[in-house]
Amino acid sequence: MALHPILAALRRHKAGVILIALQIALTLAIVCNAIFIIGQRIQRIQRPTGMNESNLFMITQLWVGAPTGDDQASTDKLDAMLRTDVTTLRNLPDVESATAVNTLPLINSSWTNGVSLQPKQQHSTAHAAFYFGDEQMLHTMGLRLIAGRAFTAADVQHRGFRAKDQPPIIIITKALADKLFPKGSAVGKSVYLADNTDPTTIVGVVERLQVSSADSWTNSFTWYSVLEPVRLNSNFSRYLVRAKPGRLQAAMKEAREALFAANPMRVIDDSAEHNGVKSFADIRARAYRADTGMAILMGVICVILLGVTGAGIVGLTSFWVGQRHKQIGVRRALGARKVDILRYFQTENLLIAGVGAIVGIVLAIGLNLWLMHRFEMDRMPVLYVLAGVAVVLALGQAAVFAPARRAANVPPVAATRTV
Amino acid sequence: MFRYYLDLALRSLKRSKGLTALMVLTIAFGVAASMTTWSVFRAVSGDPIPWKSSKLYVPQIDMWGPGAQSADPDADKGPPDALDYNDAVALMRDHRASLQSAMYMISPSVVPARPGTHPINVTGHAVFSEFFPIVDMPFLYGNSWSAADDEHRAEVAVISSDLNNKVFGGGNSVGKTLNVEGRDYRVVGVIGKWNPQLKFYDVVNTGGFYVDSEDLFIPFNTAIAAGMPNDGNTNCYKSPEKGGFEGLQQSSCIWIAYMAQLDSDEAVQRYQDYLQGFSRQRYSWTPNVRLRDLMDWLDHEHVVPRDTKVSLLVALGLLIVCLVNTAGLLLAKFLRRSGEIGVRRALGAPRSAIYAQFLTEGGVIGLAGGVLGILLTGIGVASVGVVLPKDIADLARLDVSLLLTTLLVAILASVLAALYPTFRASRVQPAWQLKSN
Repeated sequence: MALHPILAALRRHKAGVILIALQIALTLAIVCNAIFIIGQRIQRIQRPTGMNESNLFMITQLWVGAPTGDDQASTDKLDAMLRTDVTTLRNLPDVESATAVNTLPLINSSWTNGVSLQPKQQHSTAHAAFYFGDEQMLHTMGLRLIAGRAFTAADVQHRGFRAKDQPPIIIITKALADKLFPKGSAVGKSVYLADNTDPTTIVGVVERLQVSSADSWTNSFTWYSVLEPVRLNSNFSRYLVRAKPGRLQAAMKEAREALFAANPMRVIDDSAEHNGVKSFADIRARAYRADTGMAILMGVICVILLGVTGAGIVGLTSFWVGQRHKQIGVRRALGARKVDILRYFQTENLLIAGVGAIVGIVLAIGLNLWLMHRFEMDRMPVLYVLAGVAVVLALGQAAVFAPARRAANVPPVAATRTV
Repeated sequence: MFRYYLDLALRSLKRSKGLTALMVLTIAFGVAASMTTWSVFRAVSGDPIPWKSSKLYVPQIDMWGPGAQSADPDADKGPPDALDYNDAVALMRDHRASLQSAMYMISPSVVPARPGTHPINVTGHAVFSEFFPIVDMPFLYGNSWSAADDEHRAEVAVISSDLNNKVFGGGNSVGKTLNVEGRDYRVVGVIGKWNPQLKFYDVVNTGGFYVDSEDLFIPFNTAIAAGMPNDGNTNCYKSPEKGGFEGLQQSSCIWIAYMAQLDSDEAVQRYQDYLQGFSRQRYSWTPNVRLRDLMDWLDHEHVVPRDTKVSLLVALGLLIVCLVNTAGLLLAKFLRRSGEIGVRRALGAPRSAIYAQFLTEGGVIGLAGGVLGILLTGIGVASVGVVLPKDIADLARLDVSLLLTTLLVAILASVLAALYPTFRASRVQPAWQLKSN
């Protein structure tokens, strides 16, 4: 089909054409970036922590009137209370295993420190999150040991929450091992934690364990975790419990009752927002709530945007069809088939949408660059822009179809009638 | 005349119901999306204490020295964002601002006096007496403790009315005894209606927002003497030499927030000089100090979540698209009536009359879109709680000012969108129109 008559007609509706092309360009720019944000958030939400997350739950509790744990005697007393609680939990019928931990992935309570290859290094080699627990920690978390050995009961020490941290041995994640020792195995090597002058030996490597927060400040060391065979003693404690398959709810209920039965002088929150007994699925949902929210919001905006633009095209094309009623009649009377009229409006729309899409590509990339500069967003792959172009072109064609068909149905006799 | 235009507008809108509905829906959706995200943004970025935020300052001192600076050249070279114990106490001792308070977050357990109740965990702050006038704390009963109480480490407490209800069953509890971590504190004040959405006085430890309300305030020195440990963040450049809470106090680890009230520009300048001198006296390196006012500080601490800003921008983009869309549709609609315009002009209507007529029509669409937009904004704000974290979603509320803004934005947007189409309509040549028909 010759483009000339279409261009000639469009020249008579400059303002309308520019407005619709501009709208398509803006829609493309926003939709591309919004879908890119959605994609990134979904990727974040779906990444595994490295733990076997099913049937896991966490208990946070606080002993009332407990010693501070700042001296040896009170640390010993707290440790006895901690071990009693762990034993109580391990003896429950629906519990498979239990351990005391200082924190867990995604709960946003972090203990981070530098790991260095030399003592007194000015800047540490890597920054990592620290997990403290006993010999059952690896098993309860469900981590996969890929080199070296797990902790044994003989390795486990205990110390006060604020006491100096100088463990003889640790287990680290593969990501951290690769960062510290890019060549060869990390097992058996020595590292220096924080500003310690005594070395710590790596005895094992686990495949993967996410750090304890999903916030943006941990983005530079998301997979750098260190496990220490230490029970931390404080006036509060956390327990990680793995229920027997399918017995999660029952175990959660039992655990609360059993702990209170063993020692009533404690606080285990039971409000909806701050529950002291939380399943890991719940922890995960909470940790990524902001990301889920952002993805949903962007999704809603995309849908509205595409809907508005589609409707706008329908409206404007309908108007043009009405305006050209007589001309369409003339063309039909001169021998144009229905399909020619249909093709005319479809080509016209493709032309406008095409121009809009070209401008839109520039805007989309510009918007992405600006967001990168202002909000530390990542660079958008070209694929998103191409997908966006396909979407707006398809939207244009879908929107133009109904008015174009109405135009095609204008009878040739319309040519003889005055408006 | 306006009523006549209104009548004309309604007639015209009735004539093409589909197109009208489209325009109204477009404006409504665009405005509702922007207003919903705006309500969230407004809640998290608003001034928490507008009447005196320009007088509140947060001092920062570099107690770690240049060695602690990140090797990354782009990294922030500013001093750490909290204070260690020694500096905080020294600043308090010097007492150079008109009002000031060091503070740290505590979360002790409280044993209710009523028999048969479980102990509860409360959140609060250990502060100096001047904290209360700094934040303009309203008291329901009693008052804050005195400077002498600070000095003598008196075991006194200010509690929220919520905690007052839980522990004492409400009423004037001034003088009653509260058991905190096994020690008895005398209640000197019960706070009235006060729960700032933004915990602006201690952003470092609270992150700005958290769901808990503040239930307990006790004197800083008393809390230290009782060995009540800090909740919230502790940041160390060098590990403490000694363990325990006492070791933390002797270390250069930072965990204390500080706020000073400075009433005039000279006072700010004087305090700035004082900080320089303070740093020079205590540390060997070149002073690296900052004195930020509250809003500057909140911005520095990135209290407004990035997501909120991005979503507001995207929603504004949506509003612009809706504007362009409405402009296109109005253009089509107005030019379709070129004949009618021609007749009016030929009968003597000036261009201004055409403007009035068509802008009225745009305004009517805006009004309808605004009313529908208010409804949609209501739905939007209600569903924010489903998708956003509770601490932020709780802040977004539908109020009269939001409703009015919605309506205003809708009308303004549609009149703006109608401007160009109206201009085109006013340029219609009457003679040409009359001839061609």
